[in-house]
Amino acid sequence: MRSRELVLAVAVALIVAACAAPTASRLPERPRVGFGQPISEADLAAWNIDVRTPDGLGLPPGRGTVAQGKAVYEAKCVACHGPEAKGGSMYGTMVGGIGSFKTNARVLTPGSMYPYAPILFDYVRRAMPMDRPLTMTADEVYAVAAYILHLNGLVPADAVMDQSSLPKVQMPNRDGFIPDDRPDTSAVRCMRDCK
Amino acid sequence: MGNDTKHSRRSFLGKSAVIAGTALAGAGVGGRAGAEPLPIPPTAQQPGRPIPATAYGTPSKFESHVVRRRTDVFVNRQNWSDWSMTPLQHQHGIVTPTGLIFERHHAGIPDIDPAMHKLVIHGLVKQPLVFSMSDLMRYPSVSKFHFLECSGNTLADWTKAASTTVQQTHGLLSCAQWTGLPVSWLLDEAGLGPGATWVLFEGADGSNHTRSIPLDKVMDDALLVYAQNGEMLRPEQGYPLRVFIPGWEGNVSVKWLRRIKVGDQPWHFRSETARYTDPMPDGKWRQFSFLMECKSVITRPSGGMKLERPGLHEIQGFAWSGRGRITAVDVSVDGGKNWQPATLEEPVIDKCLTRFRHRWSWDGRPAVIQSRAVDSTGYVQPTVPDIMKARAIAGFVQHHNGIFPWSVSASGEVRNAIA
Repeated sequence: MRSRELVLAVAVALIVAACAAPTASRLPERPRVGFGQPISEADLAAWNIDVRTPDGLGLPPGRGTVAQGKAVYEAKCVACHGPEAKGGSMYGTMVGGIGSFKTNARVLTPGSMYPYAPILFDYVRRAMPMDRPLTMTADEVYAVAAYILHLNGLVPADAVMDQSSLPKVQMPNRDGFIPDDRPDTSAVRCMRDCK
Repeated sequence: MGNDTKHSRRSFLGKSAVIAGTALAGAGVGGRAGAEPLPIPPTAQQPGRPIPATAYGTPSKFESHVVRRRTDVFVNRQNWSDWSMTPLQHQHGIVTPTGLIFERHHAGIPDIDPAMHKLVIHGLVKQPLVFSMSDLMRYPSVSKFHFLECSGNTLADWTKAASTTVQQTHGLLSCAQWTGLPVSWLLDEAGLGPGATWVLFEGADGSNHTRSIPLDKVMDDALLVYAQNGEMLRPEQGYPLRVFIPGWEGNVSVKWLRRIKVGDQPWHFRSETARYTDPMPDGKWRQFSFLMECKSVITRPSGGMKLERPGLHEIQGFAWSGRGRITAVDVSVDGGKNWQPATLEEPVIDKCLTRFRHRWSWDGRPAVIQSRAVDSTGYVQPTVPDIMKARAIAGFVQHHNGIFPWSVSASGEVRNAIA
């Protein structure tokens, strides 16, 4: 190829490259139109089941006692979790473990692990019992929460749980969490005679 | 070349003297004797199966061993909150075949009618919105290749060699092309309210699975996904809709997505306090440890395989990083004393499985082989002892991205050599 042709070919290649369809590794711009339909918070209330667990925002009206919770537990929970939540046919204990985290035999239970008591309400309502989640009444869920907290020694036998009292239960692991501080290693790329 | 050498030679020599010089040196004119004369295979002497009028193609019946499997370390007593693992030792490219993508569900696999499915966005937004699947599919779409890894991948193999195969040590890992639209488009459409900093994603499965995600990550690269490897999501992958959060632990890519709520702080659900947190030495727990750090593993040869004879063996594996691209993978065949750069095979994509290859001539003596990945932030994959200096590793602990060795015995058996 003669030099003039080479220059021409390079120029054409550059122009083609410059005019090529845009490619982006980033996400594309939002189109000017949208297809969402407005809905009111009232119309989606049945789906709005989350509890903001540090302060209990989202806890519904209702109440339950430890004794009521024992009855609900024995009807709906005991088959998998065992008597007095000490472990059953499917799952391990939900009682104890407080103080175990500084050992290498950590026991993870709602009592030892949950930093905020409303987690019990949120999780039991959304996921339990496993064969019929989202079917328990608010009273039943408050009662089961009261019973599990009592078995863990965190509320007395006469405790009543509701949207006011549940967030006030002091959980032992409340200050047990630290934010992600990784990377926490600094390996080097040794190639020869390493270690 | 044919085994009928007499015929082959005669016709070949008759053609042209011009190419005879090279042809005579070729195998076609003779060559070494084979072990057995090759018969005509029966499949070449009859028609195969007729083409069905309608069908979804499936692998050869001779590949029926290539399936998802459960862990071999312990047995769950129920199979609704359970998992299955990808056979990485049989994965030849960077894309995991859709039927082999690992599963982790908390209450089984729902079968959701897309005509009935709705997604709602509410909370700290100017106007709550609801979308049908057909609404969502009217938007322009985007497709991205990304890996998906469970935070619990490799959790049984920190301080003892518990699992047998790479499917069971690393098979909570898959890679796919994901198609959908940016979550940011819909949040912008709803209009973010003052103080918006965290976003809740909730599934429509029986666990009503929920996670809190920082808004910055959602706006940066989170996708609402309805398709995977060119087809609509499989039921076990979240059909008809999931969120996909690139580079972060799989648990946050909530499947069967039905609700997005914007808030001004995280919700601290069970799934981000009592679970999916990492034990630390002083009795503390590391929370919101979303990112899956740079990691690699040799998939061939790997645990449970046998090298039949010394000589050339291509060491193959995968490397990936939730922080970016893979920039290098090194391979050691002497237990980590000396390392050589492996070849990275194109394409090398951000937050995606990258294939590495290294030609190894095995001398027939015992060896320990392992890989070490480096990502575009300069982070070098650590060893398990490196990680144990920073974290409390006892029992089944998540976020294991340690270098993973396999031992090769003199008879060629390959075994888990993590400890």
